[in-house]
Amino acid sequence: MSTHLSPEQLLHAYEVMRTIRVFEERLHVEFATGEIPGFVHLYAGEEASAAGVMAHLRHSDCIASNHRGHGHCIAKGVDVYGMMAEIYGKKTGVCGGKGGSMHIADLEKGMLGANGIVGAGAPLVAGAALAAKIKGTDDVAIVFFGDGGSNEGAVFEAMNLASVMNLPCIFVAENNGYAEATASNWSVACDHIADRAAGFGMPGVTIDGFDYFAVHEAAGAAIERARSGQGPSLIEVKLSRYYGHFEGDAQTYRAPDEVKNLREQRDCLMQFRNKTTRAGLLSPEQLDAIDARVADLIEDAVVRAKAAPKPQPADLLSDVYVSYP
Amino acid sequence: MSQILTLTMPKWGLSMTEGRVDTWLRQEGDEINTGDEILDVETDKINGTVEAPFSGTLRRLVAQPDETLPVGALLAVVVQGEADEAEIDAVVQRFQAEFVAAEGSEQATGPVPQKADVGGRLLRWFELGEGGTPLVLVHGFAGDLNNWLFNHPALAAERRVIALDLPGHGESAKALQRGDLDELSQAVLALLDHLDIPRAHLAGHSMGGAVCLNLARLAPQRVASLGLVASVGLGETINGQYLQSFVAAANRNALKAPMTQLFADPGLVTRQMLEDMLRFKRLEGVQQALEQLSAALAEGDRQRHDLRAVLGQHPALVLWGSEDAIIPASHSDGLDAEVLLVPGAGHMVQMEAAEQVNQRLAEFLRKH
Amino acid sequence: MARKISYQQAINEALAQEMRRDSTVFIIGEDVAGGAGAPGEDDAWGGVLGVTKGLYHQFPGRVLDAPLSEIGYVGAAVGAATQGLRPVCELMFVDFAGCCLDQILNQAAKFRYMFGGKAVTPLVMRTMYGAGLRAAAQHSQMLTSLWTHIPGLKVVCPATPYDAKGLLIQAIRDNDPVIFCEHKLLYSMQGEVPEEVYTVPFGEANFVRDGDDITLVTYGRMVHVALEAANNLARQGIDCEVLDLRTTSPLDEDSILESVEKTGRLVVIDEANPRCSMATDISALVAQKAFAALKGPIEMVTAPHTPVPFSDALEDLYIPDAAKIEAAVRKVIEGTRSAA
Repeated sequence: MSTHLSPEQLLHAYEVMRTIRVFEERLHVEFATGEIPGFVHLYAGEEASAAGVMAHLRHSDCIASNHRGHGHCIAKGVDVYGMMAEIYGKKTGVCGGKGGSMHIADLEKGMLGANGIVGAGAPLVAGAALAAKIKGTDDVAIVFFGDGGSNEGAVFEAMNLASVMNLPCIFVAENNGYAEATASNWSVACDHIADRAAGFGMPGVTIDGFDYFAVHEAAGAAIERARSGQGPSLIEVKLSRYYGHFEGDAQTYRAPDEVKNLREQRDCLMQFRNKTTRAGLLSPEQLDAIDARVADLIEDAVVRAKAAPKPQPADLLSDVYVSYP
Repeated sequence: MSQILTLTMPKWGLSMTEGRVDTWLRQEGDEINTGDEILDVETDKINGTVEAPFSGTLRRLVAQPDETLPVGALLAVVVQGEADEAEIDAVVQRFQAEFVAAEGSEQATGPVPQKADVGGRLLRWFELGEGGTPLVLVHGFAGDLNNWLFNHPALAAERRVIALDLPGHGESAKALQRGDLDELSQAVLALLDHLDIPRAHLAGHSMGGAVCLNLARLAPQRVASLGLVASVGLGETINGQYLQSFVAAANRNALKAPMTQLFADPGLVTRQMLEDMLRFKRLEGVQQALEQLSAALAEGDRQRHDLRAVLGQHPALVLWGSEDAIIPASHSDGLDAEVLLVPGAGHMVQMEAAEQVNQRLAEFLRKH
Repeated sequence: MARKISYQQAINEALAQEMRRDSTVFIIGEDVAGGAGAPGEDDAWGGVLGVTKGLYHQFPGRVLDAPLSEIGYVGAAVGAATQGLRPVCELMFVDFAGCCLDQILNQAAKFRYMFGGKAVTPLVMRTMYGAGLRAAAQHSQMLTSLWTHIPGLKVVCPATPYDAKGLLIQAIRDNDPVIFCEHKLLYSMQGEVPEEVYTVPFGEANFVRDGDDITLVTYGRMVHVALEAANNLARQGIDCEVLDLRTTSPLDEDSILESVEKTGRLVVIDEANPRCSMATDISALVAQKAFAALKGPIEMVTAPHTPVPFSDALEDLYIPDAAKIEAAVRKVIEGTRSAA
């Protein structure tokens, strides 16, 4: 294979995907111990999407995520320890333990929040894109939603608004085949989510979400289009999650060996490693070194998060308002 | 021969459109004489007392306490001579059938304040009366031309009288440059120039008194006489705590205490008066202007300006309420001026004892 | 005297002055320019009732007509607010809240808390409410208590042109999301409004009438109805204190309690439906914190527990009027006469 990506870019892409994978797999293990409160929705298997899109972004670009948001956060540069502490409900978490897995946000990094309401991020990034347009910057705004979210009216309204106002906005539909337990090939009325783009007067493409390079290329084109004032795009990324809708989901709705086959045959990290090493772009040692570094990073994050203090009673009442007499 | 007369809601000052009946001071059946105090009325500016415009028997109290009525509405029926109840009923019925509240139309046709760019800033002033050597009325700290609402019309019976809003006050521009007495006095001078008035009587209340004294110091030839009402600049002390709490007050309750200190009778501080002051304080630029001026006037309880030396060069009348809680009435002792000490009045003596102040000031102006 | 303008003009002036002062302020909503893309004028309407008329030309690119998609443009306003702008979005009728509620309820209101105090969402949502225009059940509601119930929102209901301007400027400068409720029957009301810029602080009720016998607590258009009742009652020797809340969140509890401590009697007047309303909330507050001062039971004058009807014969019955307030006041006074 050939690519215009530099070795540094390739190493970074691998490190992002690897960090997400280890973060999520560790959460899978830790959640089973009962130490993590609430519920978590894991992104493992979908890493190429977050990494491939976010490779084009800077801090001033804005993204909004969804309930399955850890991967987007990591790829956008949110502190991994702060995320882990947040998921453990600790005061040192990125949201002080008040948001949890579904509400991790870091506005300084352009991360407008994971979101517990399906489809809700779409109008928000339309607003962020509008802000960029009013301020006269060339920043873009991107929303990630799933095949479930693709059926939400909020997403339709945001797509129409973005098109009417010619906003620098990208709609990324991560179609992992299931909205909770309902299959997307049943719940989405058209053949491809990307087909809906035509109805809103914007380009739409469907790409293979196991292939980092395919995502990177499609996202790059859409983002360039947005940055140069040509308006919004829709990208449907077809991929799969390796775990259930949430941790504890027995996934009885999935075919036997569905995930096993995907992991063995299509896994994005495996493909990336194979392609880059076979082409002589990266060495296995370089990638192994990243694996080791990421393992240490996540181990450290978990140890520190577990040891971190919980919020204090006074924290219950703070931060509702900027000011309230 | 008998006459049935109607006592109606008076119009006090510029902005009064309605009044709220507070208390009847006289009963049905009382004999009343011209000038007697008949009832208390609360207006949007201040509480006042309605005096009998004629003598007779107070036969029918039409307005009820706490009722809010427009200017010109029927308050009571007074009979000179004899009249039976049916005749009075008929007068009341006819009045009520024909009465139409002014709805502001009177204000549109009557005299209104003017605004213009004067010496590089927006000033508002209000002129009443004509002829004679003009009189300029200068309000005090945080006041405006409405501080003279009980004085302005009375004094204008004999001459042209101009009340202005100082810079930083009323509806004049709020931004001050240096924020000191000179700036305020220069603004009054600029208004005299703008109105082509070579020489005027000046009357000032509190800080406005110091503005007048300072103007007399800067441009003595422009000043015919000085009327100084509870004036700054005539002694050493001032109620610094008043200034501080007034400037700091951001709501009704915080404002109530300092506003109450302005009057000998705390009952005069109405809800509307507090609301009007809050409205003033909320305007952009006012807070800064007040902070600048209070710093220019006083440091703690000490006044920064002693302008007593200016007296003696012009005829001067000094008026003071004996119960003044802001600047002590003792400052009127030993001055080179005529002095009237009004017993029982507070710092806002020109409002609390309007009649006395108007009479004495008019008399003084007639002489000079 | 100060210049008199209408409630509607006061709102327009507040918007213009703040847009002139702060380039981050912009307006978005349905027909806020009115005419975008149509063959006639670009700002043909200036809002469905003309409230934003004239702003489109004064502030090019900052008065944005949105497609009819309340989730889309209200959400976009929320998103823009997180990015350093100060959007004033207009929800034409508050009844349309059903369409966009998530963006207010789950997004704007919760960002600051969920994100650990790091988000600032200076959104203003202007919206028209209230019965009396024969507009029936889907264009006449209040919903004030719905907004007030949601932590993270501030809720403003100006009763006069003066308050409309000062509270709107405050709302635009405020760093929290504000629901700014405008009663459609008040738009033409005239009142004294300074030409200068000023703000009216949130959480400070206005004593619009002082009285000793009984406290009437209300907000929005009902302030004027309560004043009418108070004036009628004055002729019968009953002296009412009338308190205009101005904002229901924050709520000026101190002023409510201060007044009830003085009068010992309370009637709460609310144009909204009665269950879980401002009326019940304030009644509970007083029962909890000033029970000892009460000489008798609290009365509430509210709309009935029905949608807003269409026919004038029914709508006039629906809306609390002075006669109902007077009856409630007399009931409280008579019931407590021995204690008076």
